[in-house]
Amino acid sequence: MSEQQLFKVTIDNITIEVPAGTTILNAARKIGGDVAPPAMCYYSKLEGSGGKCRTCLVEVSKGSEKDPRPMPKLVASCRTTIMDGMEVKNITSEKVLDARAGVVEFLLINHPLDCPICDQAGECHLQDLSYEHGSESTRYEFQRRTFKKHDLGPHIQLHMTRCILCYRCVFTADQLTQKREHGVLDRGDHAEIATFIEKSLDNDFIGNVIDVCPVGALTDKTFRFKNRVWFLKPMDAHRDCPTCSGRVTLWNRGDEVYRVTARKDEWGEIEDTPEGKPGWICNTCRFEKKKTSDWIIEGPRNINRHSVIAQGHYAGKIGTNKPTETFAAVNDGRKPHLLMDIHSVSQVNKPEVKLSLIDGPAHSDAFKKNND
Amino acid sequence: MSKKLLLEKAHVAGIRYFDVYRKEGGYRSVEKALKEMNPEAIVEEVKKSGLRGRGGAGFPAGMKWSFIAKPEGVPRHLVCNADESEPGTFKDRYLMEFIPHLLIEGLIVSSFALGSNDTYIYIRGEYAWIVDILEEAIAEAHKNGFLGKNILGSGFDCNIHVQRGAGAYICGEETALIESLEGKRGNPRIKPPFPAVKGVWDRPTVVNNVETLAAVVPIINMGGDEYAKIGVGRSTGTKLISACGNINKPGVYEIDMTISVEEFIYSDEYCGGIPNGKRLKACIPGGSSVPILPANLLLKTAKGETRYMNYESLSDGGFATGSMMGSGGFIVLDEDQCVVRHTLTLARFYRHESCGQCSPCREGTGWMEKILKNIETGKGKMSDIDLLWDIQRKIEGNTICPLGDAAAWPVAAAIRHFRDEFEWHVNNPDEAQKRNYGLAHYADPIHVPVA
Ligand SMILES: Cc1cc2nc3c(=O)[nH]c(=O)nc-3n(C[C@H](O)[C@H](O)[C@H](O)COP(=O)(O)O)c2cc1C
Ligand code: SF4
Ligand code: SF4
Ligand code: FES
Repeated sequence: MSEQQLFKVTIDNITIEVPAGTTILNAARKIGGDVAPPAMCYYSKLEGSGGKCRTCLVEVSKGSEKDPRPMPKLVASCRTTIMDGMEVKNITSEKVLDARAGVVEFLLINHPLDCPICDQAGECHLQDLSYEHGSESTRYEFQRRTFKKHDLGPHIQLHMTRCILCYRCVFTADQLTQKREHGVLDRGDHAEIATFIEKSLDNDFIGNVIDVCPVGALTDKTFRFKNRVWFLKPMDAHRDCPTCSGRVTLWNRGDEVYRVTARKDEWGEIEDTPEGKPGWICNTCRFEKKKTSDWIIEGPRNINRHSVIAQGHYAGKIGTNKPTETFAAVNDGRKPHLLMDIHSVSQVNKPEVKLSLIDGPAHSDAFKKNND
Repeated sequence: MSKKLLLEKAHVAGIRYFDVYRKEGGYRSVEKALKEMNPEAIVEEVKKSGLRGRGGAGFPAGMKWSFIAKPEGVPRHLVCNADESEPGTFKDRYLMEFIPHLLIEGLIVSSFALGSNDTYIYIRGEYAWIVDILEEAIAEAHKNGFLGKNILGSGFDCNIHVQRGAGAYICGEETALIESLEGKRGNPRIKPPFPAVKGVWDRPTVVNNVETLAAVVPIINMGGDEYAKIGVGRSTGTKLISACGNINKPGVYEIDMTISVEEFIYSDEYCGGIPNGKRLKACIPGGSSVPILPANLLLKTAKGETRYMNYESLSDGGFATGSMMGSGGFIVLDEDQCVVRHTLTLARFYRHESCGQCSPCREGTGWMEKILKNIETGKGKMSDIDLLWDIQRKIEGNTICPLGDAAAWPVAAAIRHFRDEFEWHVNNPDEAQKRNYGLAHYADPIHVPVA
C-alpha cells in the first residue's frame, strides 16, 4: 500500500488532515456544516467543473507552512488545492461574506424569481443560496433577461431564463454521452445553453442533466407541474436495469410514483454506487418506470432535517439526518446571532417537538399534546 | 529623436519583402542565435535585457521563458498573441503590416530559445489582410532557409502557423487564446495549471505579444546589456505607443521610455498637441482597461513630480492617483468629451466581450452598462453612482480572468476622479443632454504646452 501524504489545513479555525491534492472545498466538506462553502457549479463527479460561479470563494490567510504569505485575492475553493499548513477563512472572513453576497446578487439580478411556478422549488440550490446569503430586496431596476423555452427531446425542457450557466449539464453531456449536441452559444450575459439548432437530445443518459442542474433550467417533462417536491415522499428503490445501476430515488405521493431521480448526497450530488462509481441513471429508469411495481422499495430516503422536503417526509425515527451544527465550533463557542427567537413568537415552533418524528402531517394536536 | 529599434526601417520601400528586409540587415539575429548561441544563452540575454511583456501585464519576458516546463518527450510551443482587440491599441497591427519579417525573425529566434518546432501566430480575425502579409513573409522565409527543416544547418526545425480568431476580445487572454487555438470555445481557463506547464494541447506553452517577440531581434543583435541601457529603471528598451483621440497626430510611435507624458502629448515629434486649441481633460494612457486619469494627475504625479511614459511612472500612486502602461493604447480626451458617455462606451464594450463564464463578470458588466446608460440619458439617480461603485468593487478580483478587473477599473477610475461630472448629470438631466460638463477643477492647473 502506498502511503498517501497527508496535509494539515485549517478552515475557519478547525484543523483537519486531508490527502495532498484535495481541494479546499472538499476539505471543508469533510468538516461539514457551515464551513463548507456553497458550490453552484462544481460537481465532484464531473471532470473540469467548477471555478465559474464564484460562490465558493474563500480567503487564504496563510498559503502554507513553507510559504506563509496570504493569497492576494479570494480564491475559488473548488479549484484550489490545499498546501500543508494552509489556513483558510470561509465564514469567519468579512471579505468572503461580502464577495459572496455580491455573487448571489449577480446570480439573481437576471433570474426570473418564478419559484412559485418552478418545478425545482424546494430542491433548488439557488433558493438555498439566496436564503443564506442573499438580501431581501433587489437593487436591480431593469428588465430581466428572458429566453424562449426549448424542448430538448421528448423528456427534457430547457428554460434558459432560469439558467445560471454553471456548465454542469455541458460537462454531463460531454462525459456521459457519446455525441454531445448541446453546449454554450454566444457569450457574456447573452450566452445560452442550447442544442445545435434545436436538435433533440437523444441518448440513454441525457436525463442526468436534469439532476445536475442546480436550478430549474432543466426540468423533467414527465413531472412538469405535477406536484411540489415537498409534498412528495422520497423513497430509495432499485430495479435490475440492464443499462444503469438501477439505484434511484422515487418521489411518491401515496403509492403513486411522480418522478424518478438519481440518489443525491448531502451536497446535492449524485451518490456513488456501492461499487464506487457515480450512480447516474438511464432514461428508461428515469422517465418510463413510473409504477411502484417496477421497483423494489428499500425504504425512506435520508433527508436533511433543514430541507423543506423533510416536511412531507414522515420518516419516524429513521430517515432524517441530524445536521452537524458547526457554527458554534468555528465561532469560538459563540452561538449564531439570532435576529429573533422564533420559538418565542410562534405557536407551533416548539423546539421540543420534532417535526420529523410526527407520524403524518403536522397538526395542532401534536403541539397541544406536547404542551401539556 | 528617440531611439528606434523596431520601426526604424518600417518605411524603407519594399521592406515588407524578404530581399529588401534582408539587405537592410534582417535575419542577422537568426544567424547569430542559431550559429553562435544556445537556447539557454538566448534566454539569458532576454533576461539581461529587462524586456517586459508588451501585451498589457508587463511581466518580464526572460523570466516567463525560464518558467517553461521541459518534460522529456513532450513538444513545447511558442504562441504569438496578435489578437490585439483592446480599444485604443493598434500597435501590433502597424508592426505586422509594415515590417512583417521583423516578427517572423523574432519568432524564429524565440522558438529556438524555447524549443518550439511548431509556433503559432493567433491573429485577430478582423486583421484578415495581415494574415496574407504574414503568410507571404513566412513563405519567403521558408524559401530562403530561415524556416522549415534544419534551419541554417543548425539541426533546428521550425514552422510558423497563422491562425485567425473569430472576433472575440476575450481570445486575447492567453488561456482563452489557447482554448480557441485548440478549436474550442474561447473561455479562459482556470489557473493553475499555467500555460508554461500545460498550455496548447496540455503541452508547455509560452504566449507572448507581437511587440515582445519582435523586440527579441534587437536584443540578440545588440546584446541584452546594451538593450537594457535604453530607457530607465525597469522600463528598458523602446515601446510602441498607439495614440488616438483628440490629438493632432494620431498614430503609432516608438518611444524610449524616458520622455514625459507632457512631451508625448504636446511635442510635434509625437501627438502634436490637441487640435483646435482645446485643453486636455483626461487620458487613458494604456488601453481601455487601465484607469483614466484627469489632466492634472496625468502630467504630474500626486507628489508633484513629472510623469513619464514608462511602466513605473505611469503607475506611480497606484490606482488612487496613477494608472498603468498597459498595452500602450494612449487615448486623449479634450475638454469637449463627456466622461460619463465615455465610461458608458467602455462598459458596453466589456459587457459585449465578457465570455460569460463567471457570474460577477457576466452579470455585473451588463448591470453597470445599464446604470451608466441611465445616468448618461438623464434618468440617473444619485444612489446609482454609489451602486456603480459597489458593483465594480464586487467584480474586481473575484473573477477567473482579468477581463473582470478590466471592466471594473475604468468605471472605478471615472467615478474616483470625475464624480462631480456624474453628479452633474444626475442633478441636471436636461442640460446634460444638451451640453457637456467641460473642464472642471480637476484639470487645473493646466500646463502650458512644451515644444
Ligand atoms: C481580456 C484580455 C485581453 C487581452 N488581449 C490581449 C491582446 O489582444 N494581445 C496581447 O498581446 N495580449 C493580450 N492580453 C494579455 C495576455 O493575456 C498575455 O498576458 C500576453 O499575451 C502575454 O504577452 P506578453 O508577456 O508578451 O505581454 C489580454 C489579456 C486579457 C485579460
Ligand atoms: S441549464 Fe442548468 S446545469 Fe445547464 S448550465 Fe444552466 S443552470 Fe447549469
Ligand atoms: S472574468 Fe469575464 S471574461 Fe474572464 S472568465 Fe470570467 S466571465 Fe469570462
Ligand atoms: S463552486 Fe467553485 S466557483 Fe462555482
